[in-house]
Amino acid sequence: MTEQEILAGLGEIVEEIAGVPAVEVSPAKSFVDDLDIDSLAMVEIAVAAQDKFGVEIPDDQLKDLTTVQDVVNFVAKNTEGS
Amino acid sequence: MRVPEGVPGARVLAFGGYQPDRVVTNDDLAAALDTSDEWIRARVGITSRRIAGPSETVEDMAVQAGGKALAGSGLSPADIDLVIVATCSTEAPIPNAAAVVAHRLGIVAPGAYDLNAACAGFCYAMATASAAVRDGSARHVLVIGSEKMSAWVDWTDRSTCIIFADGAGAAVIGPALDTPGIGPVVWGSAGGLAERIMIADRDSYLRQDGQAVFRWATTEVHPIAAAACEQAGVKIEDLTAFVPHQANLRIVEAIARKLGIPRERVADDIMHAGNTSSASIPLALARMAERGELESGSPVLLLGFGAGLCYAAQVITVP
Repeated sequence: MTEQEILAGLGEIVEEIAGVPAVEVSPAKSFVDDLDIDSLAMVEIAVAAQDKFGVEIPDDQLKDLTTVQDVVNFVAKNTEGS
Repeated sequence: MRVPEGVPGARVLAFGGYQPDRVVTNDDLAAALDTSDEWIRARVGITSRRIAGPSETVEDMAVQAGGKALAGSGLSPADIDLVIVATCSTEAPIPNAAAVVAHRLGIVAPGAYDLNAACAGFCYAMATASAAVRDGSARHVLVIGSEKMSAWVDWTDRSTCIIFADGAGAAVIGPALDTPGIGPVVWGSAGGLAERIMIADRDSYLRQDGQAVFRWATTEVHPIAAAACEQAGVKIEDLTAFVPHQANLRIVEAIARKLGIPRERVADDIMHAGNTSSASIPLALARMAERGELESGSPVLLLGFGAGLCYAAQVITVP
């Protein structure tokens, strides 16, 4: 999966869960500060990401993923070779 | 050995609910804590909750709700032969609440016990009440969920004190006339996650790992509800209402979404009642019944989940 594909998939998830248009979900955006997504919505996004990408994002790692790029990197790193 | 013949099924005869008089709004909480009405509504969906008076007990509230359910059922206290109080917040574990509540309601010498499955307690109690009626060990059962969570909450902890509240709800269970009115229970627990919601000891307050509980509740719990419908032979689209434990409106909505139940059929009593643990389901049922939102004879799905972690679900028929 390319970073572009992950970003597109993540955009769809964020739009579905938080109602933020997918086009707004660009790499430099902060979930909390720019997209107005709170910690509970982040959990929902992590769960949806697991369903979509097959990558589990545990709560203790989730708190360190503050930007869209952070999540894209996490998913990319954990799907390497698959 | 002989055993009683029993009956083919049990049903609910009436509901009753009770809330303390004191209304605590989000603005009231924001006056004492670093929080706001907007933050609380967005995170948990609560706009106000009821808090018991200092001397008002779990037993007092149970008597109020139980008395209403009993009156609604048309039965007399003498007809009740088992009283179950689902609670996790009594001031002291001895004596149990059920025997005291039964006595105060004029129910003479019933079987009486408390049941602690925390927020799943009412569904557990309904299952055991139904089983007692079916196997003939009781004819009519008074099931009550009653909680004074405010006594176990740290009022300086803004992650918990905004959520929990006080109240009681009750149901009277009796033999079904023809078809059963309480479906099979689907229940279980996840003790490996026990530390996620706990009161550590008698001098401690309730603490929960909100994110972990949210993740569990929004991913692991909905299949239990679906299984309860499956076992009862009721299609999800035929449910007249879905009454899950009122934990957090976002959890309630997420579970309903996963089950494909339209929002208008989902109980949202938490908005004005807060999270009353084992009381939340019967309190919501009593209010919905009072408003005429529950058509008699139609199926309603109940789903309890919470500390333990424990969970249980069953379909019931509206009396």
